Amino acid sequence: MADQTDKQNGAETTPAERAKPNPPGYFEGESMTRRRVFTIAAQGLGGVAGAAIVLPAVGFAVAPIFHRGKERWEEVGRVEDFVEDTYRQVVFTETEGIADAGKTTAYVRKGSARLEEDPKEMIAISNRCAHLGCPVRFVEAAGNFICPCHGGVYDFAGKVLGGPPVRPLDRFQTRIQGGRVEVGPRYSVTSQLEAVRARDPGEFTGGIWEYLYPPRPSTFPPP
Amino acid sequence: MKLDSLIPAPLRKPAKPGSGNGAKGAAPSDLKTAPERPSDAQRLGERAKEAPADVLAWVDQRTAASGFLTGMLYRKVPKGTNWFYTLGSATLFAFIVQAVTGVFLAMFYVPSPTEAYPSISHINNEVFLGQFVHGMHKWGSSVMVILIFLHMGRTFFFGAYKYPRELNWVIGVVLLILTMTMAFTGYLLPFDQRSFWASVVGININGTGPVLGPYLSDFLRAGPELGATTLSRFYSIHMLLIPGALIALIGAHLYLVVKLGTTAPPWLRAEKPKVAAGVSQLEAGVEANGGSPRR
Repeated sequence: MADQTDKQNGAETTPAERAKPNPPGYFEGESMTRRRVFTIAAQGLGGVAGAAIVLPAVGFAVAPIFHRGKERWEEVGRVEDFVEDTYRQVVFTETEGIADAGKTTAYVRKGSARLEEDPKEMIAISNRCAHLGCPVRFVEAAGNFICPCHGGVYDFAGKVLGGPPVRPLDRFQTRIQGGRVEVGPRYSVTSQLEAVRARDPGEFTGGIWEYLYPPRPSTFPPP
Repeated sequence: MKLDSLIPAPLRKPAKPGSGNGAKGAAPSDLKTAPERPSDAQRLGERAKEAPADVLAWVDQRTAASGFLTGMLYRKVPKGTNWFYTLGSATLFAFIVQAVTGVFLAMFYVPSPTEAYPSISHINNEVFLGQFVHGMHKWGSSVMVILIFLHMGRTFFFGAYKYPRELNWVIGVVLLILTMTMAFTGYLLPFDQRSFWASVVGININGTGPVLGPYLSDFLRAGPELGATTLSRFYSIHMLLIPGALIALIGAHLYLVVKLGTTAPPWLRAEKPKVAAGVSQLEAGVEANGGSPRR
């Protein structure tokens, strides 16, 4: 008999006979055992410790997505160096800190009345192909921009004539200060040449594409 | 047999039943003259021969590794196992080559935009065997990509991805993606014209994914343009982040291979197992005698 054994081993009463424990705060309908409380607490602490490691590390890695650098303007020549019916190639620094690799090329001309542009304005077209980012060149004889990689062709204003590019060539903001032409941040254009925030090559612009390829916080607002 | 004495008993290949290893040998015919006793030098020699086995036994007593190792090394492979089954090990070998040469290249490589290219030329032109080690790493990466695809093709065409090996297929696909990421991030590191423009194009292809693509590009470049931090970011992904994940997943991949075993090639038809036929005959006999079959 179990009861008999208990008594022999020193237990005064059987479990049923024992007085109900009555410490302060004790109640019958206890829903959580001590074991369970400690399990949850240990797992919670482990979670906090894990988050303390992971969250800062991930934040550190993704922070550049939300960081916008300083706006950069660089002088590329005098106003009279440029004409309205052809481009002049200029090279300037777009990204600082990586020497020549940070340089980029733009084709600059005066605004053309024929293309319904303001003649007092400067147009700076990036040589970065809108397909995958190869460097296009302006072919004087054809009056077109041609990409060597996959045969993208753009007209004089940078609109797509043929090949795989998904949108016109990017542009740079320009301004004239004291008779000198300066180029600034990059921006992209839609097929109707409306300015939008800079997109990477291969990304469409305008219409629903503005949502499928959302503007990135690291780029500058369009002019 | 000589080699066998170097292997501690628990690690030896288990004897086949009835092969006679249990026999004690013939009884001594002459019991009157005492057997020749070995000299001290001879006994020392015997002890010295057993030293490696003793060391292994010491480790085994404390790790119980021999059970695992015998299970892994003497596991059964199906009939028809052929050279195609070595493609996985070949891929693992290629990975080990990449890991070892990569560690030594990291001793000379400098992941800075102004120093990267000079440090690679230094490795190639001035460091002893530098061009060889760099070449092993550079060409070995292509070898690994080719081998991992061949291994994947073998698994697919032999139907070795089917139950119960689906999870190992999934892990293998993740390993393939990680290998491609290694190849992509490693390509930028020499920082010459080719690697620079290849990375520009590669990042732009990443960016064409809708909604998240542009942010992925910014993440990879650490900014809107390929810049100074892009190189160190790629370097860190290439030599720290992904190798860790690769090693962990290769471990899981191998564990499942050993645990589940390999498959027979599809052109072998399953033989009728002799034992199973015997059991069914036995059961038929039991039923005929009015008993219920043993399950």
